[in-house]
Amino acid sequence: MNSKMSDRRAFLKRSAALAGLAAFANGKALASVTPGLIKGEATPEEEAAVLKEGVTPDEPTIQDLLYGGRSRYEKTVANPAPGGLGISGTRVLTPLQDSIGIITPASFHYLVQGDKHIPNIDPSKHTLIIHGMVDRPLIFTMEELKRLPSVSRVHFLECTGNSDLRHYKVLLQERKKGRDDITVIQNVHGWTSTSEWTGVPLSLLLKEVGVQKGATWFVAEGGDPQAELHAKSIPLAKGMDDVFVAYGQNGEAIRREQGYPIRLLVPGFQGVCNVKHLHSIKLVDKAYDMQREINAYTNLKPNGMASWYEFQVGPKSVITFPSDAHKLPGTGFYEISGIAWDGRGKVARVEVTVDGGKTWKDANLQQPIFSKAWTRFRFPWNWNGTETVIASRCTDEFGQIQSTILGGAKLWGDDVTPHYTAEEIERWWADENITEFLVNPIQFWTVKTDGSVTDATFSPLYKLPV
Amino acid sequence: MRHFHLYTNCRCKFLLPVIALLAWGTAMAQSPTYKVGRTPTAEELRTWDNLVGPDGKELPVGKGTAQEGAVIFAAKCAVCHGKDGAGGPLSRLVGGVGTLKSGHPIKTAGSNMPYATTLFDFIQRAMPSWPFPKSLTADDVYAVTAFILAKNGIIKDTDVMDKNSLVEVQMPNRHGFYPDPPQYKPDDKDSTWLPLWEHAPGWKPAAK
Repeated sequence: MNSKMSDRRAFLKRSAALAGLAAFANGKALASVTPGLIKGEATPEEEAAVLKEGVTPDEPTIQDLLYGGRSRYEKTVANPAPGGLGISGTRVLTPLQDSIGIITPASFHYLVQGDKHIPNIDPSKHTLIIHGMVDRPLIFTMEELKRLPSVSRVHFLECTGNSDLRHYKVLLQERKKGRDDITVIQNVHGWTSTSEWTGVPLSLLLKEVGVQKGATWFVAEGGDPQAELHAKSIPLAKGMDDVFVAYGQNGEAIRREQGYPIRLLVPGFQGVCNVKHLHSIKLVDKAYDMQREINAYTNLKPNGMASWYEFQVGPKSVITFPSDAHKLPGTGFYEISGIAWDGRGKVARVEVTVDGGKTWKDANLQQPIFSKAWTRFRFPWNWNGTETVIASRCTDEFGQIQSTILGGAKLWGDDVTPHYTAEEIERWWADENITEFLVNPIQFWTVKTDGSVTDATFSPLYKLPV
Repeated sequence: MRHFHLYTNCRCKFLLPVIALLAWGTAMAQSPTYKVGRTPTAEELRTWDNLVGPDGKELPVGKGTAQEGAVIFAAKCAVCHGKDGAGGPLSRLVGGVGTLKSGHPIKTAGSNMPYATTLFDFIQRAMPSWPFPKSLTADDVYAVTAFILAKNGIIKDTDVMDKNSLVEVQMPNRHGFYPDPPQYKPDDKDSTWLPLWEHAPGWKPAAK
């Protein structure tokens, strides 16, 4: 859609609507929101209309103001992954390159869906049943859930496959086909977002039903039959620790595509645990190994064995500015900025290198730091115009340090391929048929002399275990 | 629990009221506080309590063979999974055994799934895909499960699958996963549920 045309059509509609609005607002409100015409923005017809009616194309209708909207100059959007709106699923990625602070607007939240369908569930008909190894199985309506004591917590969600090297490979393939709108920062690392989530602690609900002795796991099941009633096994101890049933996201109801009316929130665990459109929680005595858990979320190794029951995201960070979505206009001062997070607790330290890993210096961390949430880091930098490599690395409150891709490859191949060389591991990682989940490599960016920024993942500059 | 054991063994009779009090406290901790929510009806429980785990405890009454399943599969499944479950636009169900270490793994029910119950559960809850999930009878689900198992050479065409025989089926990849299910202990930072990335180069153990 030609946005200018669209604006003009909207303008014509608004001009008509404003006749009514002026009467409603008695003229006063209009005067306070009337901005000046921006030279070159309006057509002669529009200018004539402005002179005649006293309105500009930017004047909102009451309807425009009921849910607000952003400036028409802001163009940032979540980006569909290549092939991400097909029969096999829906994948839309957070624009990390434009992220500000630690909260992801709901409109930018990443989305990974097993199919193309997103349900519209009527909350008055939706219920949550808790059953299995319990003394008193119970059904809760949405109204009943909202009567109970609630918590609000800031947590990240992250797809199990975020930062997977397969995304680099897909990106390179797409670029060869001529797509220039996909970037490493968004399409490789954008499978994560942070929100303030609000809901009822699962431990509270479990006390209401009375968990029986012997129950050690629970299976959370979604209520969307078109999404194959996604079901996930989660350790009960995690459920008693900090899991909650969320109905709020960033101060409003959870968005439809994020699991309206309720979803499970499993802080720090891989995204697939956070079951959307939550309908059933069944207490059981072992992991139930549901189809999607087995076929899509086990971690296959070169010897044909797969690890399973991996849940927790490691210490992780990425510089979001400057990244490969940006071009520096010239030398001088820039604030390097990025996000760090950890599935086990709080980020304790983020170090930044601006010389390809030779030296690392502490970045400033935005306060307060929330557990299992994005932490914004900032680092002052004067760029002198020479080509250099920049990167960040995260240390969590337990002293765990984010590793390089090479270190991670050694880690993931550790038990099974002690004979693999680094080059073999890199080739193996780049094979799109091999799954490597919950990876947390340091992302290096090359800043070139012309100010452009490119991915340095396969640059030899950093290839030493940190 | 160990403390209870010690106390009862040391004949400290005066502690018994304390123990009784503790036991009462435990019982109280298990009673509901808010009394919100209602008890599901038998019908609601039956409708929603249909997840089938590896033990097969939830398997329904019914039975079926691969021969019976072939007819249902051709009519309701082949459009997505191919005539013999080895092709088609969506997930392949048959073959792939031995490919998991090839660099080009083919994950199917035969090559990847550790339990036949995982296959049964998914067919029963989610197949055929929208708008037809849960349109198959229990006999149909057993029969289609048997068909896919037989096509993978795991059972014979004439083997009857029911709630007893299905859990006895030995899947080729039963031991293709590690580690064994860990116990999650949020307050024990050294417990084995923690993911393997903690052993990455540069990782330092948590301070005690």
